[in-house]
Amino acid sequence: MSSTAQAVHHEEHHQSFFERWFMSTNHKDIGTLYLSFSFLMLFVGGSFAMLIRAELFEPGLQLMQPYFFNELTGMHGLVMIFGVIMPSFVGLANWMIPMQIGAPDMALPRLNNLSFWILPFAFVLLLSTFFMPGGAPAAGWTMYPPLVLQGGESIAFMIFAIHLMGISSILGSINIIATILNLRAPGLDLLKMPMFCWSWLITSFLVIAVMPVLAGAVTMMLFDRFFGTNFFNAAGGGDPVMYQHVFWFFGHPEVYIMILPAFGVISEIVPTFSRKPLFGYKAMVYAIACIAFLSFIVWSHHMFTVGLPLGAEVFFMYSTMLIAVPTGVKIFNWVTTMWRGSLSFEVPMLWAIAFIVLFTIGGFSGVMMALVPADFQYNQTYFIVAHFHYVLVGGALFSIIGAVYYWLPKWSGRMYSNFWAKLHFWSSVISVNVLFFPQHFLGLAGMPRRIPDYNVAFADWNMVSSIGGFWFGATQLIFVGVVIHCVFFSKQKAAARVWEHAYGLEWTLPSPAPHHSFTVPPVIDDSQLAHGDVSH
Amino acid sequence: MSQPDANVYYVPHKSRWPIIATIGMFMFMLGAANWLNGHDTAGQVILAAGALTIIGMMVGWFGNVIRESMKGTFNSQVDTSFRMGMTWFIFSEVFFFAAFFGALFYIRTFTVPWLGGMGDKGALTNGFIWQGFSATWPTNGPDAVGGSFISTSPWGIPLINTLLLLSSSVTVTIAHHALRAGKRKPLIGFLGLTILLGATFLGLQAHEYWESYVHLNMTLHSGIYGATFYILTGFHGLHVTLGTIMLIVMWLRCARGHFNREHHFAFEAVAWYWHFVDVIWLCLFLFVYIL
Repeated sequence: MSSTAQAVHHEEHHQSFFERWFMSTNHKDIGTLYLSFSFLMLFVGGSFAMLIRAELFEPGLQLMQPYFFNELTGMHGLVMIFGVIMPSFVGLANWMIPMQIGAPDMALPRLNNLSFWILPFAFVLLLSTFFMPGGAPAAGWTMYPPLVLQGGESIAFMIFAIHLMGISSILGSINIIATILNLRAPGLDLLKMPMFCWSWLITSFLVIAVMPVLAGAVTMMLFDRFFGTNFFNAAGGGDPVMYQHVFWFFGHPEVYIMILPAFGVISEIVPTFSRKPLFGYKAMVYAIACIAFLSFIVWSHHMFTVGLPLGAEVFFMYSTMLIAVPTGVKIFNWVTTMWRGSLSFEVPMLWAIAFIVLFTIGGFSGVMMALVPADFQYNQTYFIVAHFHYVLVGGALFSIIGAVYYWLPKWSGRMYSNFWAKLHFWSSVISVNVLFFPQHFLGLAGMPRRIPDYNVAFADWNMVSSIGGFWFGATQLIFVGVVIHCVFFSKQKAAARVWEHAYGLEWTLPSPAPHHSFTVPPVIDDSQLAHGDVSH
Repeated sequence: MSQPDANVYYVPHKSRWPIIATIGMFMFMLGAANWLNGHDTAGQVILAAGALTIIGMMVGWFGNVIRESMKGTFNSQVDTSFRMGMTWFIFSEVFFFAAFFGALFYIRTFTVPWLGGMGDKGALTNGFIWQGFSATWPTNGPDAVGGSFISTSPWGIPLINTLLLLSSSVTVTIAHHALRAGKRKPLIGFLGLTILLGATFLGLQAHEYWESYVHLNMTLHSGIYGATFYILTGFHGLHVTLGTIMLIVMWLRCARGHFNREHHFAFEAVAWYWHFVDVIWLCLFLFVYIL
């Protein structure tokens, strides 16, 4: 047992390309794989979005048949959720959690490698459906029956791809929970942990609880399509709305799976560049736990117009509005952290502030939709599209990019170009609003979502939105350039403590961090933790 | 949290098994999807290749871990990680079954009564679309999909199966106590008995399925009752099958003397899994068969 750490260190110098990337037991290499994969998928899902916005540039059908448009909307959602946001947060968890808790690696490193390598294969299955008879699944990412069951050969592939993605994220989350609960350095109590670890601990719990439910939902769909069952057919006593309930019991916690790690990232960045400890650390932890709990009892707000009993509409309306309370705690605590701090606006801080503003806009439209009578108007319109893109692009994706700018010097040992990174930020933050803000107007005016053609009355704002879309898409190419330059070409070495006021164990390691982060448990010095003294 | 003996961390060596596992799973899924789409030969070949790869991977990967464990590679911190991994895996399985139980409860509490005319919503649904349907359980729906059928009585095979699984949970616990007391004979005997009880359960369930299909006309096509019945009992049966295989592996390992009084996590993990399968069965017996 005592010789293994040395053995591993010896091993790292003699590994082929295949050994390093395909047989890895190293959290950093696997984290890099996760991040690279999701980066690639960002452009796959993004190209679908570009095609969608191109078709919607002006009224009428220009570029594609409506059925292909439907394939694009569904696949854009599936790719962005399961291929970009979730894997990139797992990648960040892989890189940062062992470094933040003083561990050598993840608790179950081989399982970690398995979790990652399932993903590319799952996406081969999913994306191959574009080339099949009947095309890709064309019923949206929510895959509602009976519509989705009318697709061609793609259905079985889609279902099995979902199964594989589910297995991947469940195994990944088991690993993260085991790492956080079992591998913290002695003295690093749970309530001294960085917020990013806390957010992932709770997110992992959500993943393990709800991904199997999605597996159950699509399994019933598989049986309805191929084995003659009647789960979703009223003639046989089943109910298509039952699918929606099971799906959204997964789907709503899934929404928080995509945003809680973002909260963790923002809670790391804001204190650093405010030069103050995080305001209300414990309240932040409890707020995340509270949001996670509430996420299990709000799912029917996605289904207000399917014909729920009045009692259910009222219950889910109020439970949904409750979520605004812990979420408000988080927003106010970030703002209070900045209040009277010595703020400086390095690149990660810019993304974090943009996150807070954009996520709050998305959160406000969410509260609007929680009201049942109002939701009857917003339902299935572009207002919904604007809402969830504000929280998922302005929220989740912005936090991921912010996290990359925050920790990339630690990972690569080099600084990126501030000029290009700032250009990337300002171009993104302007274009994302040009892209999504007009969609609020379109939705309120009554433009339906998931439709390739529209009334000429919606023409102007659609064109604005499309211009914003192409602009935002092109801007992300700057990001590719900045990252590649930083990792391979930058001459500027990064210090161990990359940012002046960055506290936490990851900043005690050199940049780039050693192959296995800590070979012996580090001694915990409370004054060097991210949030200062949190004992009172 | 902190381990007194963990003054140096353990990280396992590189392994080729994870990538082999993913290739196996990919082939399995690819083959299954092709087969379902009517490309029978190609589908079956790819599926079989995937299944063989997965089996080979399991033998190889578990064999590797067993050898490492026997060499004393794992410290108590690694042991705790394994325990947490298994615990949360079972937790995820609970939620997999919860999806199907949730479907069953929703159908019985809301869908079927609404189809039968309960409440304002149901009155319209029933009056305009499904006139003459009255809510009962079991049901195959207003169109009597799959034709009339008879549901299995809970007090025959299902009751016997309940007793079998309950006693198997007792026998596996006795075996565990024997292992901890270092008594080899009762360990081998009671673990063998557990396997026997599990296998008998599976045999009886196969018989029950056969009876249902041949004599009672109760099939997957029998509306929502057949669908929920078979998906719940079927996935449970699949888990009993896996559990029994795991128990057989444990029996072989016990016979070879792989475990000692302190060091037998694999045995405990399988015992946990077996108890989990048992608890799921009790829920099935209550909600699927009796109520």
